[in-house]
Amino acid sequence: MLDADFLRRWLTNAATAVDREAERLTELDSPIGDADHGSNLQRGFTAVAAALEKDAPDTPGAVLILAGRQLISTVGGASGPLYGTLLRRTGKALGDAAEVGEAEFADALRVGVDAVAALGGAAPGDKTMLDALVPAVDALPTSFAAARAAAHEGALATTPLQARKGRASYLGERSIGHQDPGATSSALLFEALAETAEGAGHA
Amino acid sequence: MSDDSKLVGVVLVSHSGPVAESVATLATGLAGGGTAPVAAAGGTEGGGLGTSSELIAAAAHRVDRGVGVAILVDLGSAVLTVKALLAEGDELPDGARLVDAPFVEGAVAAVVTASAGADIAAVEAAAREAYTYRKV
Repeated sequence: MLDADFLRRWLTNAATAVDREAERLTELDSPIGDADHGSNLQRGFTAVAAALEKDAPDTPGAVLILAGRQLISTVGGASGPLYGTLLRRTGKALGDAAEVGEAEFADALRVGVDAVAALGGAAPGDKTMLDALVPAVDALPTSFAAARAAAHEGALATTPLQARKGRASYLGERSIGHQDPGATSSALLFEALAETAEGAGHA
Repeated sequence: MSDDSKLVGVVLVSHSGPVAESVATLATGLAGGGTAPVAAAGGTEGGGLGTSSELIAAAAHRVDRGVGVAILVDLGSAVLTVKALLAEGDELPDGARLVDAPFVEGAVAAVVTASAGADIAAVEAAAREAYTYRKV
């Protein structure tokens, strides 16, 4: 079972990973975006970690809803409302249970990913974060490690794609040959999730 | 200033503070005297390029007179942030809506229409109509 503390550690680990990889995310965002993905997410997840330290909500759903709200209000770029929606919708789908099963968590995360797709009007293959998120939630019922691997593969597989959404889509064919920064940050989230699960004996 | 107590409010959300401010000035200028309440919510709170949900929510509450708020946006995160705020349910005033319109032309149409005392549906229709204005 996963409790509020597990979710809090996931997002704290994600904040650490984003902090560590911020420069690389911004480098990926330079040729096809506006070179702020790393710094934007760093600002957002720093706010998430600070809010969770101060508030420490006592259900998994409340942790995710608080974190999502922080991302929407602090990121300043498109990744804020997208990741904010992912966490909030996942949190709402979990309701107010004090503990949730792994299968229930996987189902809720799928609700969150579907909400991201609806908000951005994107689908897998458009060279967006969904190219990592969708395979990751597909693999999550197998294991946290399988979800991490699927997200990572999905992010790498964005390189030959032509962007059809967001700032990169203006570049047309010139977007081909660059790994998508959003899919890369999504893979970081699932890496942090797998690390958290390994630490908690859920691997 | 005329009494704007029953007019639809207009919020202009751009990635850039100066763009939002300038379009607000342009739209109110073209609407003549005694216009509907208009607020700009451009850039981040620190004055950089980007979108601030706090600035958007504050602007929407500032222009809300209880009969609807038309929110016009430019690109990417401006669109997504307003959609996310509307989905939250309690961040924006009741009757606030995202209007699908070209930013500058739509803003002028929205402010002129709102200033004439039209309801939110008419303001939205006028702003959307700006898409059909061909320049060539």
